[in-house]
Amino acid sequence: MDIVLSQLFNGLSYGSILLLVAVGLAFSFGLMNVINMAHGEFIMVGAYTAYVLEQVFTGALGPAGASIYFVAAIPVAFVIAGIMGMILERTLIRRLYGRPLDTLLATWGVSLLLQQGARSLFGAQNVQVTVPNWLRGGIDVSGQFTMPYSRLFILVLVTACVAGVYYYIGKTAAGRRMRAVMQNREVANALGVDAPRVDMLTFGLASGLAGIAGCALALLGSVGPTLGTKWIVDAFLVVILGGIGQLVGTIVAALSIGWGNVILEFFSTAALGKVLVFLIVIAFLQFRPAGIVSRRGR
Amino acid sequence: MNELQDSNAGPQQQSMISRRRLFRLGAGAAAFPVLGALLNACGGSSAPASSTAAPSSGTSSAGAASSGDLKVGIMHSLSGVMSISEKAVVDAEQLAIAEINAAGGVNGKKMVPIVEDGASDPATFAEKAKKLVQSDKVPVVFGCWTSSSRKAVRPVFKGSASLLFYPVQYEGLEMDSNIYYIGATTNQQIVPSVEYLMGQGKKNFFLLGSDYVFPRTANGIIKAQVGAAGGKILGEEYVPLSGGSNDFSTVISKIKSSGTDIVYNTLNGDSNVAFFKQLRDAGLTADKLTTCSVSIAEEEARAIGGDILKDHLVAWNYYQTTKLPANDKFVAAYKAKFGANRVTGDPIEAAYTGVYLWSMAANKAKSTDVAEVRKALSGLTFEAPEGTVTVSPKNNHISKTFRMGKIRTDGLIDEIYATPKPVEPDPFLETYPWAKEFAKQKPAS
Repeated sequence: MDIVLSQLFNGLSYGSILLLVAVGLAFSFGLMNVINMAHGEFIMVGAYTAYVLEQVFTGALGPAGASIYFVAAIPVAFVIAGIMGMILERTLIRRLYGRPLDTLLATWGVSLLLQQGARSLFGAQNVQVTVPNWLRGGIDVSGQFTMPYSRLFILVLVTACVAGVYYYIGKTAAGRRMRAVMQNREVANALGVDAPRVDMLTFGLASGLAGIAGCALALLGSVGPTLGTKWIVDAFLVVILGGIGQLVGTIVAALSIGWGNVILEFFSTAALGKVLVFLIVIAFLQFRPAGIVSRRGR
Repeated sequence: MNELQDSNAGPQQQSMISRRRLFRLGAGAAAFPVLGALLNACGGSSAPASSTAAPSSGTSSAGAASSGDLKVGIMHSLSGVMSISEKAVVDAEQLAIAEINAAGGVNGKKMVPIVEDGASDPATFAEKAKKLVQSDKVPVVFGCWTSSSRKAVRPVFKGSASLLFYPVQYEGLEMDSNIYYIGATTNQQIVPSVEYLMGQGKKNFFLLGSDYVFPRTANGIIKAQVGAAGGKILGEEYVPLSGGSNDFSTVISKIKSSGTDIVYNTLNGDSNVAFFKQLRDAGLTADKLTTCSVSIAEEEARAIGGDILKDHLVAWNYYQTTKLPANDKFVAAYKAKFGANRVTGDPIEAAYTGVYLWSMAANKAKSTDVAEVRKALSGLTFEAPEGTVTVSPKNNHISKTFRMGKIRTDGLIDEIYATPKPVEPDPFLETYPWAKEFAKQKPAS
């Protein structure tokens, strides 16, 4: 029983990590239809932000800095990755709207540039982020089942991000403008919405969310120039399975893949479990090409 | 040992190393005559410069190579993902060469290293090996780290007029007449560590490794050994070397539910960071679950964090803390030359020892000719930082003391057990009755 509970929690946790990685992509890819191969690198930027802030905080405050830097890292990573995303949108992606293949290649190049940049700045060796004291260990439910604080924290963080995104889209003027532009660019433009500015902000939001994901990933493993590439395929998988442009779908897809992965991995091996998940997703998309939640045609 | 099969894998094992890469040149290379005196004691230090296989002067790579110089090759990855770890090995080799030169050189000649960059790429290693062997005609090359780079250069050295000294522990099951294996083979690291663990009452093994040749070969050997000794293998898991999401939660669930009392870890590189972080978060500290790792040395331990790895076990042949006079000198010299914040470790020590073994043999033979040096190497003994080592007359490996270690909070490793005397190398495990299937892989000679 413990093992079942433990695996249910692991699935939820893995799904929440996937969701955090994919939620930004749901904007840039899902809403704006931009295939941004550099999305993973914004995750990396977020992770390195956590690393740099740890260095700065421990440098300034001593050991006390190691327990509070992480609180600052999340908003800072959001802002830095967001600004980098807006710069990328302004300088490159804007010129390539409607040319998906060119966008794919150009952003792939940008991702290589960013990886090499990280390598030059921080060295080829991966770095480690010290997990703050209050995120170490976990709640012992029973001998077999522990809920690590870091994973509970990621669950809370994802929930907050998704709630924030829903609030932004549904309740704010900027969010309404964004929906207007995504639904009908010409009409929105005609009604006085500054569509290029909305594009930039949306892309910045997508990149900023990737930065937050990077902070969270730094808690689980090491931080290196290729951190993002490890996750980018999973992120695209989640968004495509969920249905392009459907946030609810993205959430359902992330949790399904999370649970699917841990269950299949438990009964097979790590590599085989992943293969099975991919096979199931591909089979599913054969029957529902538009994903779990599809836009109804008119 | 650790192979890198995917350049996207990110910097692997040694890439975790967080240390300044400051080469402090000019830090008194000649300041260590003490160790050099050892050399003088072992071989004719003032032999006339009439070495039969003196390298031709046809190349200019060595810069100021004069007739009194003896060109030798150093071939490691100075760029690419393996560079971080291999640079430390180059440092150790440069240190040994500087010490030997200060003590009179080899047959009266100064060793002048030609350093080539294998660029973390087996094909480049093969090309550079050809250059060193065929064009520079060096009598010896100190080089390689990954098993794939070693296997790539094997044909170049085979039957050539050069020897290769390989400094890293590896998966065994190999023996070439022109390659000297200074790192441990399996019966000097993995086999005695399993023996030690079973002696401590650990009978139920869980094998965890990265998915490539070294862990799979090592685990094949462990399974045969544990089975023959009456233990059980409760689980065997491999995680992808690259591209994986580094989520170990399911693996940790499997470890917990298996009821194992020892996790034998052959994970490579960054996977270790993720695994140990998540293991600690799941409440499995070293007092609740014993793990034994074969890919975590001082630099990796420091990078992962001593607080995370505290009291976990590792299996090697040498630690920076090894208490021997030769090691005190070595560690002091290494830190003096390259920085006080640097740490030594098993492959670094083996690289250093390899240079000494070759120079002693060349001095003894009064020649750098491969056949003469091979003769002199056979049975040669050296007081290395890891203790007395002897080149086996049978298989080009060296005898090495096996040491079980426990990681400290500061990332250094304390020895908790050592074999009473050096373990004779047995790369094909011929002396172990349970290893018949591996012994069969020995090529007919």
